[in-house]
Amino acid sequence: MGKGWCLFFLFWPVAAVVSCAMAPFVGWSFPYDNAQAASNLGIRIDDLFYIILIVTAIVFVGTQAVLVYALWRGANNREERATNVHGNHKLELIWSIIPGAILLFLAIYQMNIWADFRIKKYYPEAAVKDPLAEVTARQFEWRFRYPAIGKKLQQKPQPDDLYSVNELHVPFGKPVMIQLRSDDVQHSFFLPALRIKQDALPGLQIPVWFEANKPGTYDLVCAELCGWGHYKMKAHVIVQSEDEYQAYLKNLTQKQFYDGLGKIAAKETGTESEAVE
Amino acid sequence: MTTLNPSPTGLQPILNPQAHHAPGNFITKYIFSTDHKIIAIQFMFTTLLMMIVGGVLALAVRWQLAFPWESMPIVGPWLFAAEGGQISPEFYTMLFTMHATVMIFLVIIPILAGTFGNLLIPLMIGADDMAFPRLNMLSYWFMWPAIACFGMSFAYAGGPAAGWTSYPILADLAQAAPGSGTAQTLWLLGVTFIGFSSMMGSINYMTTIINMRAPGMTFFRLPMTIWGLFITAILQAFALPVLTAGGFMQVTDRLLGTCFFYPSGLVINNAAPTVGGGQALLWQHLFWFYSHPAVYIMLLPVMGMVSDMLSCMCRKPLFGYKPMVISMSAIASLGFIVWGHHMYTSGMNPAVGMAFMVATMMIALPSAVKTFNWTATIWGGKVEFNTVTLNCIAFLSMFIVGGLSGIFMAAVPVDVYFHDTYFIVAHFHYVLFGATLFGVFAAIHFWFPKMFGRMMNEKLGKTHFVLTFIGANGTFFPMHFLGMQGMPRRYADPYLHGYLEHLLPMNQFMTISAIVMGFAQILLFINIFYSMFFGPKAGRNPWNATTLEWTTPSPPGHGNFDFIPMVYHGPNEYAVVNGDKDFLMQTEKECLPSNETVATNTLDET
Ligand code: HEM
Ligand SMILES: [Cu+2]
Ligand SMILES: [Cu+2]
Repeated sequence: MGKGWCLFFLFWPVAAVVSCAMAPFVGWSFPYDNAQAASNLGIRIDDLFYIILIVTAIVFVGTQAVLVYALWRGANNREERATNVHGNHKLELIWSIIPGAILLFLAIYQMNIWADFRIKKYYPEAAVKDPLAEVTARQFEWRFRYPAIGKKLQQKPQPDDLYSVNELHVPFGKPVMIQLRSDDVQHSFFLPALRIKQDALPGLQIPVWFEANKPGTYDLVCAELCGWGHYKMKAHVIVQSEDEYQAYLKNLTQKQFYDGLGKIAAKETGTESEAVE
Repeated sequence: MTTLNPSPTGLQPILNPQAHHAPGNFITKYIFSTDHKIIAIQFMFTTLLMMIVGGVLALAVRWQLAFPWESMPIVGPWLFAAEGGQISPEFYTMLFTMHATVMIFLVIIPILAGTFGNLLIPLMIGADDMAFPRLNMLSYWFMWPAIACFGMSFAYAGGPAAGWTSYPILADLAQAAPGSGTAQTLWLLGVTFIGFSSMMGSINYMTTIINMRAPGMTFFRLPMTIWGLFITAILQAFALPVLTAGGFMQVTDRLLGTCFFYPSGLVINNAAPTVGGGQALLWQHLFWFYSHPAVYIMLLPVMGMVSDMLSCMCRKPLFGYKPMVISMSAIASLGFIVWGHHMYTSGMNPAVGMAFMVATMMIALPSAVKTFNWTATIWGGKVEFNTVTLNCIAFLSMFIVGGLSGIFMAAVPVDVYFHDTYFIVAHFHYVLFGATLFGVFAAIHFWFPKMFGRMMNEKLGKTHFVLTFIGANGTFFPMHFLGMQGMPRRYADPYLHGYLEHLLPMNQFMTISAIVMGFAQILLFINIFYSMFFGPKAGRNPWNATTLEWTTPSPPGHGNFDFIPMVYHGPNEYAVVNGDKDFLMQTEKECLPSNETVATNTLDET
């Protein structure tokens, strides 16, 4: 009977390995049909993920196999007594130092990626100087505020700012930065396709930069529990060429300041932006 | 007096063992008992009852994910008549909040420290009871106000809805969401009560282990179970006050408007709180400063118990006793400096994130060492595949998965993607359900004879094990894939988002597995209640184990030992030549080592 149990315990790691190996082919891997990340940083994150995957897969298969083999031997053990060993210093040293070294390597290896993503000193300069938009999360929608064409994003809302809800347009091929805020509770700005995530904290303004590398429409979701409507903070990020992006901004300006008489309302009036909700 | 079986030598009889322990009437004996074994049994039944509650809540959560907005069969129309049988999104948030709360605060933590801590600490160190029996009784009875608070919060106040992590602002301002009102205050009160309960327990355990060990029971002769419980008690004592303080701050925020956690300038439901100046991030630091060590509070006792059980079931000494103790201590001390890995995406100083990352990577090391040691303990053993062994191996097999998925998330850049997705949910269920609960199942079967004097049924036990193991892997393994595909946790309806639409079948598969697993637990309950009354009677030492509790009658009377236990060895002397036995109890003086292991047997003489 013991051997039957060994097979039972063998079955499930095999099933785990098979399903993991299958994953990329049946769409169980990264989003959008396992496509590569849509940002350059995302690609580096994926690479790190695969390195860890290889390491852990080897450890997983190794430990489960040894476990089942040890059980198999134990089930067959006809000796009167089990072997009397209390430990083995050499073995202990080996299996502390090797995993320790691997873990340390992984820790050091990833520092660059993290620094590039989050440490301000390493942010792309152009993006920092000219943030693309301010993103405000609130229950349960995303609001975007762009500066007027040709202007820079100001800390305080300006009369000629452009607004949109649940649709963020971004040019690809250049690093952009957004200022992330929340009006009420905590939310989290999660762009699965770009592997970007950052919590939005009320009272703070957190800069987030990314560089989309191919055009497309990507889901923007909320990843921090923000109330009963958490699941329905549904928005999109539309990545397009610089020209299309500029055209979009023009269009937005048109719509926002159209006074109904065929004219674009003068930016000087300065009250329109309040009316836009 | 029953004869000792096998008769330990070196024991001196206590003439009238139970003299100073009055038996008392039914109420003082079984209800307001100060006997650690009765308190342990009280804890066990209470926590198992709570496991049913938590399990039902989990099935409701899983139902919604498999069949969104569809009425639950049978119970749906009855429970949610107002919504036409549907689970509303408000209710969904309350469901998973309560599920996690019940499972963590009312099941896993108290079943380990409360049940097994109480049962085993005096028995295994050779004491007649806890150092503070009355405090011990209080620690059990403080569970009930906690249960009452959680229950009222759920049933009368509409249910807390901010997750078990209770992050502000959602949890801090009554107007933030339905469920952020009175329900949240009650929830915080409940956590405080359960905190008091744990605190009383941990003081008691520390004092007992330090002061009341039998003659000869040096620290390095303590069974691993005791080490696990001891280190856990220390963790509790240092980490819990921080959570309690944080909880008080949240309560005063809510009731007195102190605003520790909410900043100025919020606009909630079109109204602005008139005050501010706090910081939501502060809560996360305080919360995780407790709750990260808490994940080890939920694991270290099991690690200890499994070490002892595996060694007994494989008839082999534990491989590397001292390294095991050292790695437990390392886990505990590192456990205090890695709380920040829950906050990589929170907006705290990113440089700090880097430091937390290195520390977190390093905490995987002692866990790895322990895994290797357990495997080495099995290696060369004579394995008997009974329910205890099977559950221990399930512990090991699933702990490996949970530990490895931890490495992905310890890596900050990768965690940026996985944080708050189902990958995390997979990780901690592998550790908390996969490892901890299987360890608990093993421990229940193993120490059941000491609790009730009878053995549990093997057939029922094995069937329960097989169904649970298959169900658990079927439920939790696919969660890794959900996480890869970017499905965030705590979503009432993920399919609303285009990139998650296709995940419905996978979720349905998981829900069916969860139902199998849920129903399998009925077998456990049948087994416990049946065996309590009708199981075959157990002698003193049914497993031929070596530690002190097996020298007492099953079940031991009030006052435990009918002999003064003297300890001569470390806890796991199996595979020795000792007459016609292959083990040497801690109380046995003579020893005929099988080969040249004389030196190792006296290794811990210091
Ligand atoms: C040993 C027993 C362990 C237990 C009981 C445990 C439990 C948990 C729990 C409950 C959470 C989720 C908390 C939440 O956000 O709701 C969590 C998250 C996490 N665990 Fe573990 N864990 C264990 C081991 C490990 C190990 C060995 C590692 C690292 C190598 C690790 C790394 C992490 C990380 C990095 C997170 C945070 C992920 C995130 O929130 O983004 N854990 N763990
Ligand atoms: Cu949100
Ligand atoms: Cu949300």
